Amino acid sequence: MTLQGSDAPLNDWVKPSPFQADRPLSALRQLIRKTLVIAEIEVRKLRHDPSDLLLRAVQPALWLLIFGQVFTRIRAIPTGNLRYLDFLAPGILAQSVLFVAIFSAMTIIWERDLGIIHKFLASPTPRVSLVLGKALSAGIRSLVQVAIVYLITSLLGVSLNLNPVALLGVLLIVLLGAACFSLFSLMVACLVKTRERFMGIGQLMTMPLFFASNAIYPIALMPAWLQILSHLNPLTYQVDALRGLMLVNGTSTYSFGLDALVLICAATVLTLICARLYPRVVL
Amino acid sequence: MNETKSDVSLITARDDRPIILETQGLTRKFHQFTAVDRLDLTVSSGEIFGLLGPNGAGKSTVIKMLTTLLPPTAGRAKIAGFDIRGQAAQVRRQIGYVPQSLSADGTLTGYENLLIFAKLYDIPHRVQRVRIREALEFMGLQEAADRLVRTYSGGMIRRLEIAQAILHQPAVLFLDEPTVGLDPLARSVVWELVQQLRTNYGTTVFLTTHFMEEADSLCHRVAIMHQGSVIVMDTPDRLKASLAQANPTLDDVFIHYTGNPLESGGTYRDTSRLRRTTQRLG
Repeated sequence: MTLQGSDAPLNDWVKPSPFQADRPLSALRQLIRKTLVIAEIEVRKLRHDPSDLLLRAVQPALWLLIFGQVFTRIRAIPTGNLRYLDFLAPGILAQSVLFVAIFSAMTIIWERDLGIIHKFLASPTPRVSLVLGKALSAGIRSLVQVAIVYLITSLLGVSLNLNPVALLGVLLIVLLGAACFSLFSLMVACLVKTRERFMGIGQLMTMPLFFASNAIYPIALMPAWLQILSHLNPLTYQVDALRGLMLVNGTSTYSFGLDALVLICAATVLTLICARLYPRVVL
Repeated sequence: MNETKSDVSLITARDDRPIILETQGLTRKFHQFTAVDRLDLTVSSGEIFGLLGPNGAGKSTVIKMLTTLLPPTAGRAKIAGFDIRGQAAQVRRQIGYVPQSLSADGTLTGYENLLIFAKLYDIPHRVQRVRIREALEFMGLQEAADRLVRTYSGGMIRRLEIAQAILHQPAVLFLDEPTVGLDPLARSVVWELVQQLRTNYGTTVFLTTHFMEEADSLCHRVAIMHQGSVIVMDTPDRLKASLAQANPTLDDVFIHYTGNPLESGGTYRDTSRLRRTTQRLG
């Protein structure tokens, strides 16, 4: 005798599940809830061991203190009415978010080598939640970078815009930027599957992503071919939005809406790709 | 343990027990290589079923297909009435899974490891705490609940992993090599817990192992796999009785059916993973 569907009690433990995934609204609720659970793991880990966050503060500090100070002094880069250090500040925030996010999927390879991913995939968690939860985790780490960069830049005398709406905008853009690059990182991790290759590709990607953007100089200074590349680079739109939001005298080339839209579109496409690739990491 | 044995004959004799797991022609190929070849088996509700075989025989591939991690190339399988391909989401709610390699998160506490899975399995908020406390008690981990898992011993980690997999009270619990890398004492603790799970809650257990002693003392029925196919399936006692020699062990049965065990063995990656797990748990 074979049981059909969910009829008949199979043993003492099987009860009708209170949850029904058939309805789109409850499916969406489940997706959001599970995404938050995956991100909660990261928050709990950071609470147990926040040392990594402090280490991450060193790099933006060095860029601002050394690179920023020198280039502000020589005035080699035309930055309009902005001091070079002011111009640089949003770029360095975007950069530190990029660095946090681009290596974030390293944990995926680690978890795959253990059996952690297997267990998540065998649980009733939507694949999109597993992927978005990781993206949100990178976003949470990046929010700490916001605090660090704001602290250092204000000490260096950058005139920061502390208007709450602008701050909220900064947080949103940082979350979106972190999502884009951590999803990109996740995609790479799903494809290469080994630590060594992942590190290699990560290193390879950060350079062009960072330099083919408006993070440390205006796009207008670039040769034409590089300008095209930097217009395809999501980091450019992240920096552009941050430049308008962070600084008192900051201006963006594009509207906040366009910058956010580009980042949302990039994150959506990457989420769909990753949700496809992610279950394959255990094969 | 003798008590369980008498129980065994009862179960295999009773055909009216509902079938909770069923595969028909389940096949998985990796390019030219057939890892699992037309597997047909049925497991009754409340049974402890063991899939045995040398490394690389296809045991883990079977478990990965049944736990919806790996789509089969051909054939079908149903768990608690749900199809593993068409109804994967429902299947996932009915099963618990403890992978072979280490799957508890060392950077979280034992309690947190359970809490995350309680949430992922949609255990209602008001019963989460109770369920977690019960699971911790059942596994004897109450004292260690608030310690980071990386400070646990191998046996404690395994117990925590089983606790994670039974929080939602699954119909079928999959254990992939549950005692690999454990010392004999920790191993027997795991065996007792598995038996208790079945006695207390009627959980069906589907496990893979290459320890014959484990299969002999735990399983009601075993299937021996070799090169992707099941070559024999019966109760351990009947399998032993089928051999011509006097007082055979299940080891003898295994060697009789699979030939020289030295000739088989998993790939480089399997071996490295197994060794790493052993190292961590040991």
